Amino acid sequence: MDIITELKKSNLRGRSGSGYLTGLKWEMVKGAKALKKYIICNASEGEPLVYKDYYILKNHLKEVLSGIEVALNTFKKSQAYIYFKPDYYKEFRRKIPKNIIVFKKEKEYIAGEETSAIQAIEGNKPEPRVKPPFPTEKGLYGMPTLINNVETFYYVFKIFQKKYNQERFYSIQGDIKNKGVFELKDNLSIQDILKKTNNWPNFDFFVQAGGGASGEILLSSELKKSISGIGSLIVYNTKKTDPYLLMEKWADFFINNNCDKCVPCREGLFRIYEIIKEKDLKNPVLKDLFLVLEKTSLCALGRFSVKPFSSLIKKWDKLKFPSIIKK
Amino acid sequence: MGQIKISINNKEVKAKKGETILEVALRNNVDIPNLCYHADVEPSASCRLCLVKVNDGLLTACNTKVKPGMKIITHYRELEKMRKINLELIFAQHIEECHDCVWLDNCKLLKLAQKYGLKKDRFKDRKKNFPIYKFGNSLIFDSSKCIDCKNCIEVCKQQGVSYLKVRKNGHMFSVEPDKKRNCIFCGQCILHCPVGAFEAVGEFEDIEKPLLEKKKYIFFQIAPAIRTSLGEAFGFNPGDNVLEKIAASLYRLGADKVFDVSVGADFTTVEEAEELKKRLEKRKNLPLLTSCCPAWVEFIKKYYPEFIPNLTTVKSPHIISGTLIKTYYAKENKIDPKNIIVVSIMPCVSKKHEIGIKKLKINGLKPVDYVLTTRELIRLIKRKKIDFKKIKPRKLDNPFSNSSGAGIIFGQTGGVAEAALRTIFNKKIKIKFKHLEPGIKEAKINGLKIAVAYGTKKAIKILEKSNNYDFVEVMACEGGCVGGGGQPLPSNKKIIKNRAKGILKIDRNKKIRLAHLNPVIKKYSQNKHLFHTKFT
Ligand code: SF4
Ligand code: SF4
Ligand code: SF4
Ligand code: FES
Repeated sequence: MDIITELKKSNLRGRSGSGYLTGLKWEMVKGAKALKKYIICNASEGEPLVYKDYYILKNHLKEVLSGIEVALNTFKKSQAYIYFKPDYYKEFRRKIPKNIIVFKKEKEYIAGEETSAIQAIEGNKPEPRVKPPFPTEKGLYGMPTLINNVETFYYVFKIFQKKYNQERFYSIQGDIKNKGVFELKDNLSIQDILKKTNNWPNFDFFVQAGGGASGEILLSSELKKSISGIGSLIVYNTKKTDPYLLMEKWADFFINNNCDKCVPCREGLFRIYEIIKEKDLKNPVLKDLFLVLEKTSLCALGRFSVKPFSSLIKKWDKLKFPSIIKK
Repeated sequence: MGQIKISINNKEVKAKKGETILEVALRNNVDIPNLCYHADVEPSASCRLCLVKVNDGLLTACNTKVKPGMKIITHYRELEKMRKINLELIFAQHIEECHDCVWLDNCKLLKLAQKYGLKKDRFKDRKKNFPIYKFGNSLIFDSSKCIDCKNCIEVCKQQGVSYLKVRKNGHMFSVEPDKKRNCIFCGQCILHCPVGAFEAVGEFEDIEKPLLEKKKYIFFQIAPAIRTSLGEAFGFNPGDNVLEKIAASLYRLGADKVFDVSVGADFTTVEEAEELKKRLEKRKNLPLLTSCCPAWVEFIKKYYPEFIPNLTTVKSPHIISGTLIKTYYAKENKIDPKNIIVVSIMPCVSKKHEIGIKKLKINGLKPVDYVLTTRELIRLIKRKKIDFKKIKPRKLDNPFSNSSGAGIIFGQTGGVAEAALRTIFNKKIKIKFKHLEPGIKEAKINGLKIAVAYGTKKAIKILEKSNNYDFVEVMACEGGCVGGGGQPLPSNKKIIKNRAKGILKIDRNKKIRLAHLNPVIKKYSQNKHLFHTKFT
């Protein structure tokens, strides 16, 4: 069977944030001419309150490894790596077969995107590489490289087994009872996800959807859409939430986890942090910072960091935060 | 051949395959703002100022290679707005010291700030309390000026030194020296920092010190490599020989005499040729390594000490001429050497370190009292409002006024080796080099195996197969001293090449081209010990 045709037919998209079509990525690596090719399974999820990869590794490691095996068989003369964050490395490295190299990420910051995994494995400071060239042409050690995330490899194997039912994993956290990771259809609306998992709140709430820090803020009336990105959903009880504290947490997360390479992300996020600390949301500078972050950052981390702030500020007046909190 | 067509701002232009958008734009006089870009460093694309619209997306011009049919728009309202905001963010992490900056009148950041009409007060300075570091007697690194482009880390790595690194302080990474490594004082970081965070020690607060020495004779001496670079600050082209204008300016500044270090280089050459012959006879401590570049000597001492015995014991040119001034010259002219101040004008910051070496003292006196870099002299000339363009050239002073051509070519890569070979074979020879890679070449002449390299990291490759060679010349800087850390900014490969061309032209026009034929050599060569030192 031709896995690439199957992947394309399935319409499977990468589950690391960018949502690129997996079949196309595989096709590019397959088509690239080179003596050696590399496969990297990215197991370094780092956004707060997201443990989806962990759940899959814990419960479905065999499928993930089989997915990597499929890739090894598809690309001649290829070598596979798993790029673990430190605690995952500790827990899973002994369970990985010898033909796959396990790599422990050194620093506890997420540093951008998939190309930083390549940088780290090559022994450089993990910061994003300039694209193009894309990893599929010139990745690890200059060779064509396939980088997919844990969940993607899991589904690659499902597709290989012809058992793929258009599902994905959702990580649901926050002010709810039934927290956890759930495997459900990938086109469900947020509303349905919450209901199906028995998590629909009976209080005033809003959600953050997509990423644990980079996710967009949605009102309870806006939940007809499905979730993209890494499939994270966080529910907030409006009455119990201090939005300044929340923003400060995001900002703190971003300034601690960005790689500090490019100006808008390094300096811009630092200034956002300052402004939020001062509760100075009316400061016109904020809009300027959002603009350069979103449009001129070098990698996805910077570009996606604006969403939570801008969406929360935009919807502030519709949210009924406790009366002591003023904008 | 390799030609493609792209459009910039709706105008069709031709480009070569492999060129970046920025290179093509600059060549066509389209001004794209850029700051972190340096022609000789792999772009980090970190400042984001050079973003341009390519077809439908934004890409940084400094590192994006042109492709056929690209449609590039370099300026429009929103893009300019974003540039301004990023520029503001950069400015807020850079503590300005404009009155005292190595970029003199060429600062890209300041020009951009003026062009975009920056209001400076939207952010507090982020780096106000960042530390200042001193690297030996040669360099100052003011990390409060740093804008985190990492160019310096890259060039220091390219030197095989890696003294500079990033460290995480709280939530931010910052550039710092690595305590476990040692700086070799090459000054390449100065030339590659877009915002002047590095400078030579004393630059520019101490430049008038030599002029303030009361009741003393002030003798200046001019290094080979600065005669074709100093003019750049006054509208001359890289490569134009302005030696006698420099001399005239120095007299105007109060010099009693002005000498040429190239004469010192003639002494170095003759001694070094002799030393090579001796070592070849005994086949001992070969290959002979040149030692006139103090940064290279530091590199050997700190990282490859097993090669210390291979370094030639001959002193570097300005140390020799300084020594001769404070001995023979003082005696002949009945001056107490204690009353002589020797100031060398050098393209180099490691020379500032060199003059502090105790072993070089002669009768308790330093052979050279001050080193001013090319940039420092430029600053002095400007500060004293000397009209360099118009000043009437003036001859240098005897007996150190006239060198051979061999003494001149010391200023660029390969010159020291060639000078020695001319003396050994007693003729102007043509060396057929085999270029192993940019910066490393080797040749075989009458059985003598030589290698020439610039850049200390490249020299490692020669050290690794040192058995293959009899004589090795290494200079730490790009293209030799013409690319030295004390040279005017901007400095890049293209400019450096032209400075070197100027040097070679001066050599071609010299009547005497072999060092040992210079008549002053005979006159001052009785006391050979004056010319040698020891490395440990
Ligand atoms: S680089 Fe130098 S001249 Fe330019 S702004 Fe900074 S301090 Fe001033
Ligand atoms: S002077 Fe040379 S060795 Fe020292 S930090 Fe600068 S580049 Fe590195
Ligand atoms: S010191 Fe200069 S060259 Fe080094 S990172 Fe900072 S701005 Fe860049
Ligand atoms: S000059 Fe291109 S990003 Fe700085």
